[in-house]
Amino acid sequence: MNTAVTNANPYIPFPSEILDVVKHTQKEYTFRMKFEGEVRPGQFFEVSVPKFGEAPISVSGIGKDYVDLTIRRVGRVTNEVFEHYKGQSLLLRGPYGNGFDIDLYKEGETVVVAGGTGVSPVRGVIEALSTMDNAKDKYAIAGFRSPDDMLFRDDLARWKDRLNLILTVDRAPEGYEGNVGLVTKFIADLPLRDPSSAKAVVVGPPPMMKFTIIELQKKGFKDENITVSYERKMCCGLGKCGHCRVNSTYICLDGPVFNYTEGKLLMD
Amino acid sequence: MGYVLTQSGFSELVKSLESQYRIFAPVLKKGAGRHLDTDVVLYDFVKSAEEIELEHKSDYAFKEALLPMSETLFFFTEQQTKEADLDERPVLVFLRSCDLHALKRLDDIYLRNGKEIDPFYKRRRDLLHFVLIGCPHAFENCFCVDMGSNLTKDGYVFSIDSAEEGEDTVYRFEVPDASFNTFFEGAGGTKADVQHTYVTETKTRVRVPEEVPQAVMKDALWDEYTQRCIGCGRCNFVCPTCTCFTMQDVYYTDNGRVGERRRVEASCMVDGFTNVAGGGQYRKTKGERMRFKVLHKISDHKKRFGENMCVGCGRCDDVCPEYISYSHIINKVYDASEKVLQAKNAEGGEENE
Ligand code: SF4
Ligand code: SF4
Ligand code: FES
Repeated sequence: MNTAVTNANPYIPFPSEILDVVKHTQKEYTFRMKFEGEVRPGQFFEVSVPKFGEAPISVSGIGKDYVDLTIRRVGRVTNEVFEHYKGQSLLLRGPYGNGFDIDLYKEGETVVVAGGTGVSPVRGVIEALSTMDNAKDKYAIAGFRSPDDMLFRDDLARWKDRLNLILTVDRAPEGYEGNVGLVTKFIADLPLRDPSSAKAVVVGPPPMMKFTIIELQKKGFKDENITVSYERKMCCGLGKCGHCRVNSTYICLDGPVFNYTEGKLLMD
Repeated sequence: MGYVLTQSGFSELVKSLESQYRIFAPVLKKGAGRHLDTDVVLYDFVKSAEEIELEHKSDYAFKEALLPMSETLFFFTEQQTKEADLDERPVLVFLRSCDLHALKRLDDIYLRNGKEIDPFYKRRRDLLHFVLIGCPHAFENCFCVDMGSNLTKDGYVFSIDSAEEGEDTVYRFEVPDASFNTFFEGAGGTKADVQHTYVTETKTRVRVPEEVPQAVMKDALWDEYTQRCIGCGRCNFVCPTCTCFTMQDVYYTDNGRVGERRRVEASCMVDGFTNVAGGGQYRKTKGERMRFKVLHKISDHKKRFGENMCVGCGRCDDVCPEYISYSHIINKVYDASEKVLQAKNAEGGEENE
């Protein structure tokens, strides 16, 4: 009945069918949502749950007629999604933000460093890197808090065979066989031919990003070759509510993805 | 081009305008002010000339005509959403020059920021017409002249100035929009050559830096406000150019699936403004928030839209319960900016950069 209005008014969400749900951890599920339209990794949708509100969720995967939204159960809205998603559809608005430009990472060496839920927005980037002809020049360092917190296990297994994946956890129970340590630990030893022309993508919690960038710079990366994605409170996604503004930049419009030469000037 | 009316003529005028427009004007509320027994000038819809406060500056801005403190956007049931209705009669808003300048800043955000025009703002905006209240003198904390908002050349249908002449109050109207002439004729107006009053000097002065160097953001000047500011947000709520909001869902019954989504005014000075899911927070201290607010008003908005956001109405200084002077902060930022630039020039001279 209200289709015309729905199209005209960007605040009114549209229903999207849940095609599949993948449970990574107790608190993190990926919802495969029906969506046809242009979308890039790193963009985000507002997931809208009447009565509870809206939550910005970044796109963690893209297919011909779907987008993956990896949702972490951390608040009123996401709680409700987990409790009642069996309703088969969710209300969405978006996609918003600029997202990653995959073409930038086609040539030469590229390193993606992601921590925790920061892996979601770059999942599409790593996926793309893993299918490139020169995938042997592509590196991904993914860090999680513990083995139980790992996201995208199937993808990780697949990526391991295709590009240079370093998987690490901050801490692990005794007897754990994989890497233990922060993502920053692995940057110095990356066997890169030419760090000064290599590209990097960094996404994660603010302290992780800060120290990762310091390590990259030490290794010889140039600021202009580093891409970052910032998390802020995205309330409207439309450049109106003001919650995401930093200086003269609106993260929801101009970001969340920035070249670090710009990103480093943003000061909260 | 204009008219002069007597007191009774003015009453007639408002009466006839009111038959075609809703009139949104400053109104004096006795004893409702910041302190016990003080008055406050708010905006409200009025029916008569007597209700309109023309002498004092309003403590709150007209922006509620566009951005109500709480606005229902749409209603939802299980599978449907329906936009909230709006009273579609045109509105005449009485405001001063600074506030008419503020309108452009509101438009910047709601009509020009990003690809999307805000439909809820736009539908209200399209109904508004403006009546410019003249300013024969500046109020205590005004600094409109330094912000370039003292003079208004267009955007109003008519202006109004009142003056005591002997026993009587005389009302003068400059009427650039000739379609309003009939209202003045009908109220027995005398044709006259009228120009609205405006101020050319203010007691409060500010020096706005041309550019604020990054180093000033880290200056110690902000620390003082971590101590003094209590983060109440009143400075945002009274500001004609503050535009931020938060979405809020309301349900009528607990198990019924009927409710509404609203947007409510938000303040960057108040706790929680930046909180993200999972506990992340930016600008934890009041000093950082003060920097964020002040630099938005006198620098950041200008970088994006070409004009400073602040129009110098002085309401934030009027309202602050901690007597924090925002105009004073602008001057401190100016001094700090100058210092950085001078240091840079001295250095640059040596290094020949
Ligand atoms: S910042 Fe203060 S002086 Fe400037 S427009 Fe807002 S309330 Fe008025
Ligand atoms: S500056 Fe004053 S009015 Fe504004 S938040 Fe701080 S204490 Fe409240
Ligand atoms: S999320 Fe509302 S302005 Fe960016």
